[in-house]
Amino acid sequence: MTTNKALQEVQLTEEKALWVYETMHNIRNFENTLHKHFSAGLIPGFVHLYAGEEAIATGVCANLTDADYITSTHRGHGHCIAKGCDINGMMAEIYGREDGLCKGKGGSMHIADVDKGMLGANGIVGGGFPIAVGAGITSKYLNNQSVAVCFFGDGASNEGTFHEGINMAASMKLPVIFVCENNGFAEATPIRYSSASKTIADRAKAYDIPGIRVDGNDLVAVYTVAKEAIDRARAGEGPTLIECVTYRNYGHFEGDEQKYKTNKEKKLHPVDKDPINLFKEYAIENNLLTKKQLTSIEKKSVKAIEEAVKFAQNSPIPKSESLLTDVFAD
Amino acid sequence: MTRKITMMQAINEAMQIAMENDDKVILMGEDIAGGAKVDGFDQEDAWGGVFGVTKGLVQQFGRERVIDTPISENGYIGAAVGAAATGLRPVAELMFNDFIGFCLDMILCQGSKMRYMFGGKAQIPLTIRTTHGAGASAAAQHSQSLYGMFGAIPGVKVVVPSNPYTAKGLLLSAIEDNNLVIYSEDKTLYGIKGEVPEEYYKVEIGKAHIERVGSDLTIVTIGKMLYVGLEVADKLAEEGIEVEVIDLLTVAPWDQETVLESVKKTGRLIVIDEANPHNNTATDIASVIGDRAFDYLDGPIKTVCAPNCPVPFATNLEELYIPNAEKVLKVADELIFDLKKVK
Repeated sequence: MTTNKALQEVQLTEEKALWVYETMHNIRNFENTLHKHFSAGLIPGFVHLYAGEEAIATGVCANLTDADYITSTHRGHGHCIAKGCDINGMMAEIYGREDGLCKGKGGSMHIADVDKGMLGANGIVGGGFPIAVGAGITSKYLNNQSVAVCFFGDGASNEGTFHEGINMAASMKLPVIFVCENNGFAEATPIRYSSASKTIADRAKAYDIPGIRVDGNDLVAVYTVAKEAIDRARAGEGPTLIECVTYRNYGHFEGDEQKYKTNKEKKLHPVDKDPINLFKEYAIENNLLTKKQLTSIEKKSVKAIEEAVKFAQNSPIPKSESLLTDVFAD
Repeated sequence: MTRKITMMQAINEAMQIAMENDDKVILMGEDIAGGAKVDGFDQEDAWGGVFGVTKGLVQQFGRERVIDTPISENGYIGAAVGAAATGLRPVAELMFNDFIGFCLDMILCQGSKMRYMFGGKAQIPLTIRTTHGAGASAAAQHSQSLYGMFGAIPGVKVVVPSNPYTAKGLLLSAIEDNNLVIYSEDKTLYGIKGEVPEEYYKVEIGKAHIERVGSDLTIVTIGKMLYVGLEVADKLAEEGIEVEVIDLLTVAPWDQETVLESVKKTGRLIVIDEANPHNNTATDIASVIGDRAFDYLDGPIKTVCAPNCPVPFATNLEELYIPNAEKVLKVADELIFDLKKVK
């Protein structure tokens, strides 16, 4: 597995490192806040949290611009934040309010912002593969150097769309990167039970594309591997399958008692594997960021999420008339 | 200038014109270029789709715009949704509508709902061309008529052309529409000929066409059922009964006003639909007209549909399956017996 120990030569710029640290904190604070607000009964519907997996969305999206596309999953908040979606709009969306990014019609499972290249969280496991392939077709046809990243979970790797999507992208040499977030659980089913292959990355062999397994808690490792894959895709060399091994801090959905986790697994949620702590240590050890800079970002992030909550709670519920709008384009 | 061409030629011509007019229009599907223009393949022409509807287009527009996909319906119909969401106007060919089982998610949960779920920010200008209809002894997995099922999905428009003229005009409308449009071709109509203008024209989506004016009975038809309706109208005309025949053309959203006005005039309605009989377009029309025109009706609304069984293979059984003039006349007799006495 690729880790930052082997990747010391990769240099993040100070600007990028600041963005990375702030983005990871924004995701963590956003999710921890939702965790509290959901249990307080403030948020309707289902909420699937990303906390603990921040290094993946952040490390990948650090290589993307608004002209690039991503497709996301049930657990999509982290991808949205890393892709640059407005945090206030996201919070209002999850609260089901009029100022939500999708006017309160999508909610947590469908947040999207096409202008930012975010083609949607997805309520269907495996739904993102073909859509990312389609974005790759557009990019190849328009020859505009955009890439599409398909984020998916270990559970989705057993859907037919995984195989069809990768096969199409590989055979057509499309600029699509498939990023598996292997957090160990497909809903409540451990991967050791449901997957016949030892790793997801191994499956790349079947499609004759690179398959790389990386420590998904290690921002620098994810960033480096993603950069290489994205550079390859932009150069017309086709897709890469990246498996990021991580851990899901919370349950499948909020309110899930996680009875399917063994006591050992529950204890295996160690601080020393926390992606944010790991990056902080890395940034200090490598004189990339100062403690003062880090502290300042931590405070800024807390404030940003507090603002987002205020924005959401002050936003009105959607007007009744909007029930029937936007079903069809004019 | 018009000339007589086949329905297949009319559909092909519509795609050619759309591609000439807009370079964002691309075609995707299984065997639609059929190997032509592939390195090492020495034939100038190949399949052009399993029915040959896209024949010649790869020669004109190249493989960048006429994309052969793997046999991967879920993959490429979804890719067409993704390409539409990111700026192209794909026309995806789904060889038989029966294959929808593989890729329904991409229509049911993705393409049809992205605009709504995303608060109006997404646009999915996607046309899915597919085929339906029994009559080719293709049996249960290649003969179904599923347009009504697609029409039940909010965010999807469904059109069913009946002849070469409507086929060309409806396809040009579908490709220019900014929504997901399913364009369903009856495979047994490909060879029929009709007058078609050479130039660009559109047939409006959502508007039914009154094919024959009458005052005694309204018959609404979908696709090939138009010809059954016209046969019935001819037969009843011999007895002095004037039938109004409406070619529905668009199954979703269907033209309520045209049907309503006709029923107000005639007081009697039969809907002919080749789909299986429950929860299909005919039952929807019956429900809406029963609700909106009850006071005008002189008898029950009748539907003539396929029976509630899969499409059979044996020729004689398949003939029994498809609605025909005989079946419609039987139903019509129940509705117009009083008129017959008068006339």
